[in-house]
Amino acid sequence: MTTIENTSIPPYKDTFSMKKFLRSNGTVLGIFGVFLLLFGIFILSAPGTFLKPMIYYAFMSTIPFFAIMAMPLTILVIAGEIDLSFPSIMAMGMVAFLLTYFQFQSIWLSFVAALLIGLFAGWLNGFIIVRFGIPSMVATIGTQFFWRGAVLVLSQNKNGSLAYAMSSPLQQILVGKLFGVFPMQMIWLIVIAILCWVLLNRTRFGAHVYLIGDNAESAKLMGVNCGKERIRAFMLVGLISAFAGVVASLHVKFFWPSLGDGYLLRTLASVFLGGTSVFGGVGTIFGTFIGAFMIGSIEAATVAVGLTGFWTQLIYGLIIVISVTMHSFLRRRME
Amino acid sequence: MENRLELRNVSKLFGEVHALENIDFRLGQNEVVGLLGDNGAGKSTLIKIITGYYQPTSGEIFFNGQKVDNLTVPKARELGVETVYQERALAELQSLWRNIFLGRELTNKYGFLDVGKMKYETHRLMIQSMGFTSTAVDPDSKVGTFSGGERQGVAIVRALYFDADIIILDEPTMGLSLKETQKLLNFVNGIRKAGKSAVFIDHNIFHVYAVADRVVVIDRGRVAGEFVTKEISLDDLMEKMIHIAETGSFD
Repeated sequence: MTTIENTSIPPYKDTFSMKKFLRSNGTVLGIFGVFLLLFGIFILSAPGTFLKPMIYYAFMSTIPFFAIMAMPLTILVIAGEIDLSFPSIMAMGMVAFLLTYFQFQSIWLSFVAALLIGLFAGWLNGFIIVRFGIPSMVATIGTQFFWRGAVLVLSQNKNGSLAYAMSSPLQQILVGKLFGVFPMQMIWLIVIAILCWVLLNRTRFGAHVYLIGDNAESAKLMGVNCGKERIRAFMLVGLISAFAGVVASLHVKFFWPSLGDGYLLRTLASVFLGGTSVFGGVGTIFGTFIGAFMIGSIEAATVAVGLTGFWTQLIYGLIIVISVTMHSFLRRRME
Repeated sequence: MENRLELRNVSKLFGEVHALENIDFRLGQNEVVGLLGDNGAGKSTLIKIITGYYQPTSGEIFFNGQKVDNLTVPKARELGVETVYQERALAELQSLWRNIFLGRELTNKYGFLDVGKMKYETHRLMIQSMGFTSTAVDPDSKVGTFSGGERQGVAIVRALYFDADIIILDEPTMGLSLKETQKLLNFVNGIRKAGKSAVFIDHNIFHVYAVADRVVVIDRGRVAGEFVTKEISLDDLMEKMIHIAETGSFD
């Protein structure tokens, strides 16, 4: 073609420059800065607590329950969607777990049943949203009530002990202690974070997620099957939510029909705190990871610092508003 | 020689609205066809049928003489159709390399994205095909920061990379500076010289006349007329266009 001039091409290498690095990782570095600042304040105000490993083991034990779900949720929010039903899916997965156990007395089969119902609940969310064009915020408010209702009806609002699962290797694998100290749920959080990172950054599915969230019309014009990819993202959230439900229940060795209550806002807050844009198209798994640890540590820290527990929400609010404003500011600066 | 592309008796209904009625359209090998028509005449619908975005309500589509049923966007791209849409077809928050490979990402043998190769190819294309200097182009820069001409360049490079046989340009001169427009018209001329075909859609009759071998005029969902640009003067063409706009026919 005549427009192709036969110029010699200088070899391309993915050169590293500080400026480029700062520009492309601005939001992540920003949130990481806030994270370090926050922990600096914690250490200075309560050195007795924050210079000892105990508190960090406690964090690694409790934060994964919601941080695990924040990972696929990040992918969904990047695709420009949202899911408010995942706390109910957590509980519904456990109901499937219990019903299957009563029938077959197999922990592993119960685990698989929980994951399958999670996958189905996610598919249903995606199907309703894609097929009928209902905004995901509205549709998942509906399914959130539906699944919570199903949990209450099926369980007759009764609690259930999971003592029988204690001897199962599944319990050890999911919530045991590695070398007697390191909580296994933290390992699972890391595994799921890595899997989600690979999905988002190294697969065509992930590439399509970014494009759909950024400009769905253009993705469609270029032949991306937007509906299919969105349904996949919802299924991923459903699957991981059911998984998190099993992990959280086995940890306390008890099933509560209210399982998942209280996780909604802190999970979503982790995603947004981590720099994922509510408008879609932008976000990182690493940002959410940091966001989850900030959200998860504030409660313990307010008490350790010497404030009453009443301060927790106020500090949550402050940190979230400051961080989200910072992200918006950084994003505009980079354009 | 067979036509590169042919539409026979194609109609498209949106509910009760006849967007296209019994359209016959052909695109030869090595030919640039200009598509002219008023807003709402059906130009966009026609190209969206060629790109597989819309399925026609009735009628047949042939690529190189072969009938193709149930044309979809991925299928059309496989058959060598690439489209340079107006700038809205870029994902502005995403990097340059993601936009070039939008919808046709390169993967390695394990099915994972080959990010390194995509970045390298982006770098090569921008320098080789678009004449960017190596310092001005970074495959990681966000497309939202580009000028109108640069954006159009991204869309064009996309078509080039996938070695399209049929390049469809949907109002490509919109929002371009004079110099950028000239560059674009040169590019369209280059398509012909390279032995490929193009459909060029524009409001601007001067641009179309300058590069097209043949002009097809669409009005109210029908083909109102066809002219070989060599056989008609620009003045006559303009006169006819005005006549069509007023009466809906040439006579």
